[in-house]
Amino acid sequence: MDNAIIIGAGPAGLTAAVTCAEKGLDVVVIDEYMRAGGRLLGQLYEEPNGNWWNGIKESTKLYKKAVDLGVNFHLNTAVNNIENSNGIWTIYTERETFHTPSLLLATGAAEAPVPVPGWTLPGVMSVGAAQVMTNVHRVKPGERGVIIGVNVLSAAIAMELQLAGVEVASLTLPKTNQMTQDAGKPKEVLDSLLHVSHMAPSPFVRYGSKLMKNDFMKKLGVNFYPKKGVKMWDIPIQLRKAVTKIYGEDEVEGVTLATINADGEVVSGSEEHIPVDFVCIAGGLYPLAELAAVAGCPFYLVEELGGYVPLHNERMESPLEGLYVAGNITGIEGAKVAAAQGRTAGLSMAHHAGMDELDGEIKNSIEWTEQTRDNAHIQFHPEIETGRKKILQQWDAYQSNKKRSVVSNSRGGIT
Amino acid sequence: MTRRILDHPILGKMEDNNYVSFTFNQKGYKGLENESLAAALLANGIRTLRHHEESGSPRGIYCNIGHCYECRVSVDGQQGIRACLTPVKEGMTVESDGQLPSSKRR
Repeated sequence: MDNAIIIGAGPAGLTAAVTCAEKGLDVVVIDEYMRAGGRLLGQLYEEPNGNWWNGIKESTKLYKKAVDLGVNFHLNTAVNNIENSNGIWTIYTERETFHTPSLLLATGAAEAPVPVPGWTLPGVMSVGAAQVMTNVHRVKPGERGVIIGVNVLSAAIAMELQLAGVEVASLTLPKTNQMTQDAGKPKEVLDSLLHVSHMAPSPFVRYGSKLMKNDFMKKLGVNFYPKKGVKMWDIPIQLRKAVTKIYGEDEVEGVTLATINADGEVVSGSEEHIPVDFVCIAGGLYPLAELAAVAGCPFYLVEELGGYVPLHNERMESPLEGLYVAGNITGIEGAKVAAAQGRTAGLSMAHHAGMDELDGEIKNSIEWTEQTRDNAHIQFHPEIETGRKKILQQWDAYQSNKKRSVVSNSRGGIT
Repeated sequence: MTRRILDHPILGKMEDNNYVSFTFNQKGYKGLENESLAAALLANGIRTLRHHEESGSPRGIYCNIGHCYECRVSVDGQQGIRACLTPVKEGMTVESDGQLPSSKRR
């Protein structure tokens, strides 16, 4: 039974599917969404060389390639459970049940919510939801909105909204509470933003990033950060403001915006009402790994990777026989890194199916992944490489523990 | 009034134009065949998809990728269908689910 099953039709899953099919495996791809591409679908940005990265085109290209190679797609199909028995993985979906010796989890990431009073009102949505509505479905989330949460993803999507003729009145912070933590503190946000400042066309931000090499200067930067904010792509980025409330009778009618000090505390009496018809919440991405947990894969919390990630090695193998992971389930990075990981996973799966002499190709693919990471012009976490090293160290520790326990078990058997 | 982005400076003109008819709470609307129900409703200016079973507060889409279950509606009589993952088809009957009776609520 030379087949492979891939859960998730994003850049990692699609690339793995193409790779497996090229190596002669029968491949099935399952995805909950109605269209292949995953989070790649919504992406739209200008690369440093002036070319536009169009997620829809990239997704279609990969999808068509996979279909031409005979990959079987089951879209609009949610996976409910996976289990292993005698080396065979069983995948339960809403419709059919599938079996395979070789299963890849390429389930991607989900957005962390940021609780803000009024966030259940219709018109409040995750920033990714607004991105997909705008770029994929070509429907405006509203006419004028505010984005709560300033990070790499929300800054990019603010620009995309503006490109589509949707006004972004402000990119600002949530009021600090136990849940928002650092996302509500101007200094911490500025810290993380400095790593993307080379993309900013605004001379203020560019100049600022050179000034703010050390902590003292950063603190000064926040203290002197103009209350009006600075503009990036004509969108006000307001690190000295925070949304304290989203208001409206039956739908979003506006937000209450207050001035905050460098530690994120609200300056009383500074509240003003900003009329908007939609609000985006940007809490950042975390790896979507429930299926790896259901399968019994060990997990580690690695902040640099975006949260809890299933244990894996550079060959994208999990410690469980025949179970592979690739893409954002292994840590939050861009689509190009996810695709490179997908290729490695596909090769490892072909190797598992008994195909010999793939070690060289796998090695090259691992190197290509690292190169892609080094060349990425946006990094979701500045310390991504540290995160990657941490999980590999955990892998080594896990493997040597396992060996030790096998030795002690066998000793136990003798005595 | 449509909220569709018919022309986009980078993505160009919208190519899909295969409109189908469906109803939402007994009123007729047009949507693009196979786009998500959530997108079709938003394009028609509809944001409130249901009222919360317990509190009765209005709810709409939140995550748009099937995780939060905030957008659930009844489709052709079946309850709890996520509007963000359901492709629009000709003749679909969609209804909001609403507040349920409760012995505890006053």
